[in-house]
Amino acid sequence: MSQKSLLEVGDLVTQFKTDRGIAKAVNGVSFDVYSNEVLGIVGESGSGKSVTALSVMRLIPNPPGDIVNGSIKLEGKEILDLPIEEMRELRGNEIGMIFQEPMTSLNSVFTIGFQMKEGIMLHQEVDEATAMKKSAEMLDMVGIPSPEKRLNDYPHQFSGGMRQRVMIAMALSNNPKLLIADEPTTALDVTIQAQILELMLSLQKQREGASIILITHDLAVVAETCDRVIVMYGGKIQEIGTVRQVFKNPLHPYTHGLLESIPHPVEGSRLHRLKAIRGNVPNIMELPKACKFNTRCDYALKGLCFDVEPELAEIEPGHFVRCHLYEESTELTTKEKGIELSV
Amino acid sequence: MSDKRLLLEVKDLKVHFPVYAGIFQRKIATVKAVDGVSFTMYRGETLGLVGESGCGKTTVGRTIINITKLMFHDAEITGEILYHMPNGEVIDFANLTKKKMRPYRSEVQMIFQDPYSSLNPRMTVQQIIEEPLTIHRPEMSKEDRRKRVLMLLDRVGLQAEQGGRYPHEFSGGQRQRIGIARALATNPDLIICDEPVSALDVSVQAQVINLMLDLQEEFDVNFLFIAHDLSVVEHISTRIAVMYLGHIVEYGGSEQVYFNPTHPYSRALLSAVPQADPDSGRATRTILEGDVPTPLNKPTGCPFRTRCPIARPDCANGFPSFEEKESGHWVACPYVEAGVEA
Repeated sequence: MSQKSLLEVGDLVTQFKTDRGIAKAVNGVSFDVYSNEVLGIVGESGSGKSVTALSVMRLIPNPPGDIVNGSIKLEGKEILDLPIEEMRELRGNEIGMIFQEPMTSLNSVFTIGFQMKEGIMLHQEVDEATAMKKSAEMLDMVGIPSPEKRLNDYPHQFSGGMRQRVMIAMALSNNPKLLIADEPTTALDVTIQAQILELMLSLQKQREGASIILITHDLAVVAETCDRVIVMYGGKIQEIGTVRQVFKNPLHPYTHGLLESIPHPVEGSRLHRLKAIRGNVPNIMELPKACKFNTRCDYALKGLCFDVEPELAEIEPGHFVRCHLYEESTELTTKEKGIELSV
Repeated sequence: MSDKRLLLEVKDLKVHFPVYAGIFQRKIATVKAVDGVSFTMYRGETLGLVGESGCGKTTVGRTIINITKLMFHDAEITGEILYHMPNGEVIDFANLTKKKMRPYRSEVQMIFQDPYSSLNPRMTVQQIIEEPLTIHRPEMSKEDRRKRVLMLLDRVGLQAEQGGRYPHEFSGGQRQRIGIARALATNPDLIICDEPVSALDVSVQAQVINLMLDLQEEFDVNFLFIAHDLSVVEHISTRIAVMYLGHIVEYGGSEQVYFNPTHPYSRALLSAVPQADPDSGRATRTILEGDVPTPLNKPTGCPFRTRCPIARPDCANGFPSFEEKESGHWVACPYVEAGVEA
């Protein structure tokens, strides 16, 4: 790829020690985030998408969690080796983060202005008045009316959508190169979600070289906002590609299943049943051997999918999938069995 | 219309919550959560109630099964909720006392959004599903109750031996199946489904929707389906009512409302729903300005006029009356035409 990588994650393994053993939340994840792109990470609960993001921020609570292997390079600089102080410097300054529930990520006993200026003064050498002015500018940029007045308000005086705007303003106030948004609109209503996504995208376009990692369970949000997408399941990447590749030509049976299980109302034809993926999302403590999806996959091949973990393989330029069905040696068997994978 | 059998008639339902403040706890304001809602449900159809948070859809559901007063004793409920029993008897659920309501509880059941907090963690699945039978079917023998629980477990896709386990041993989707089995236990006539799939993972959502549709047929039960996800509601409902700030603003056949939304709010709501298709085109989207006003301080007249792209000064004069824009498709806005862009 000719594109410049902003963030390179290599073979990341993050585990949590629990009473019942070790939970492998993220198990060998590698991906790049290019400059000027919006990268989506989709997955269901327990897929490891949020733990991946927290690992990049090095916010995994230790104990019980630990990044046991891998490398995370921001513009070529390894951040897993950074001492705590330097990491703190980097967080907020070079990587900003927005969380799902803005009420719990804002401190309810301090005003918005206090919390915003605190972040700015920590990372930039400015006095309080300048930091407050900058805070007001940021609130104005994210579309909060009468920003100077709102700086004196407490988080509970804002609505859910407004709070998420404040979070975006805070996360961007030090102009980070990378913004990680973990389910930023999941707690919001659809009309407010549309506003927030629109805002995030327009701000991203304004800022040269800036990238966003958008973590979500909602495929539709990814389809409308991202350039590339990673599909995670069972702590592993199952498919990567551009949004067009993955949505128009999904390869992994899991991606297929996800896309088909969303209701697509078609005028004049009432479908009675949705195509669902059978079974349940496996518990992270009891992940299946070999392919993580084999317990729910309709195409799982005996003697292969239950014994050998497939590798992530490039099927077309930039489009990778972790599935035996696309290996040359298994192509025959699937054809013999009359299995056809197409939407 | 006359050949359809009535199930539920809600007439001008208002649910107001007083707000008290100060040392004397004087009433200072009223939250008008539901402010004049009327609709009719016929047997054999599923009515979808959609809207954003705070629009009053959950309060409507809770008031129908008469638990609003139990949760908020000072709630002021006016209007009528006429339940037409299969034998033709008509009962008004609004303001029925707890004791008088009891005989009808087995006919109207509820499935809740959160599969984690709606199941008692100290009871086994068997006990959870059996509880409504113990209360409402005291004439059943222990053995009959046990048989029915096993049948229900089987119908919702759980194994008999899982009946002895506790809720924490199940995943979200499985817990929702338990909740469905419990709601079906007394063989009710109507089930209020309050966001039954919104807490579930995408791949599990579809299973639960399919299950609900199958069971609806098998058990001959009617659903009032409350949700915010429009494509799910379209899939499951025969008719849809769109709510905004305590009012229904549009109702009609589910395809009429989904493919031909007419009220400016329904149009904006549908256009805000993201599509899992990179070609769907974000450019044509109408994005609403601002937030939903609080029901504590609602705009006069049409509640949507503060965010409406086509609002006019006279929208402040009273809630607009419903107009039938096409057959069976009613819209509370005098300034729009069905199928014509505003």
